[in-house]
Amino acid sequence: MFKAIIKVTLKEKILDPQGKAIEHSLHNLGFHSLGSVRTGKNIEITVDERELATAEELIRSACTKLLANQVTEDYEYQIFDGNGSALASFNSRRGVESISGHAG
Amino acid sequence: MAHKVGVVVFPGSNCDRDAFNAFGTVLNQKVEYLWHKNTSLDGADVIVLPGGFSYGDYLRSGAIARFSPIMNEVIRFAQQGGLVMGICNGFQILVESGLLPGALLRNSSLKFICRQVYLRTETSATPFTSSLRVGDVLKVPIAHGDGNYYADDSTLKGLQDNDQIVFRYSTSGGEITPESNPNGSIMNIAGIVNTKRNVLGMMPHPERASEKILGSASGVMVLKSVIESLN
Repeated sequence: MFKAIIKVTLKEKILDPQGKAIEHSLHNLGFHSLGSVRTGKNIEITVDERELATAEELIRSACTKLLANQVTEDYEYQIFDGNGSALASFNSRRGVESISGHAG
Repeated sequence: MAHKVGVVVFPGSNCDRDAFNAFGTVLNQKVEYLWHKNTSLDGADVIVLPGGFSYGDYLRSGAIARFSPIMNEVIRFAQQGGLVMGICNGFQILVESGLLPGALLRNSSLKFICRQVYLRTETSATPFTSSLRVGDVLKVPIAHGDGNYYADDSTLKGLQDNDQIVFRYSTSGGEITPESNPNGSIMNIAGIVNTKRNVLGMMPHPERASEKILGSASGVMVLKSVIESLN
């Protein structure tokens, strides 16, 4: 059993009006040095599989098929084991994959 | 002879009855509701994906409805040249399904906008605008929070080169201005067709402007074009 945490954000070149509204509010509150606010979605999913490679393939497929609209959104995920150790991560913006192995 | 109009009903559709009224009562066609779990289009001559909030707009507008069982049939029907018309949420479902290019983002104002707008007809070379002339201005309502049409540069160029932009937000006189753009859509785009010109997506509601008592009857020209092109 694995757990995946997926983050979906608008591509960098696409205006994030919600981020802009939050930024304006922060500035109104006096946080003048805070900027470039971007929002996104956080999705947590359990994967009932034995093999990490299978789990990762399923999560990748779920991201491209449903969770992110690749016309407008980037996605990234981390996959954890039952103890909360990160085993794999991917970021569609960077397009690179890094299997970090058991970090914890 | 009356044609058969299939109006797909998703959980959360709320303009299905407007479409039924416009095609059925105003234009005297046979209209049938098609529940989203159906796996058949029951011989419909044209398919309407109506406005509303299918699946509560969860994840992204249209993202979950796009995988409803009936969508396999709608996609097959469209690929075979059948006429498919997506209005508002229906447009969102069509871009999510890949039948139309681009995406619909949150309105630039972040507000849900419900009001009358003016649309300039950009092409009459579609089955949906064959009764209109280029430059004709329609007064129809919009009612959406995610209607900000986006396409990347190469997609946009393709839409222009292939005459796929059908309607653009304009002034009542047909001028395309930043002020007449309600939601931030790129190039004021309000509606497009696919390259084969048999699939239309538009954010404004022509079916809700089909009788004078509704404030405008100019939207009915879009629906009439559809019926006439089937004759």
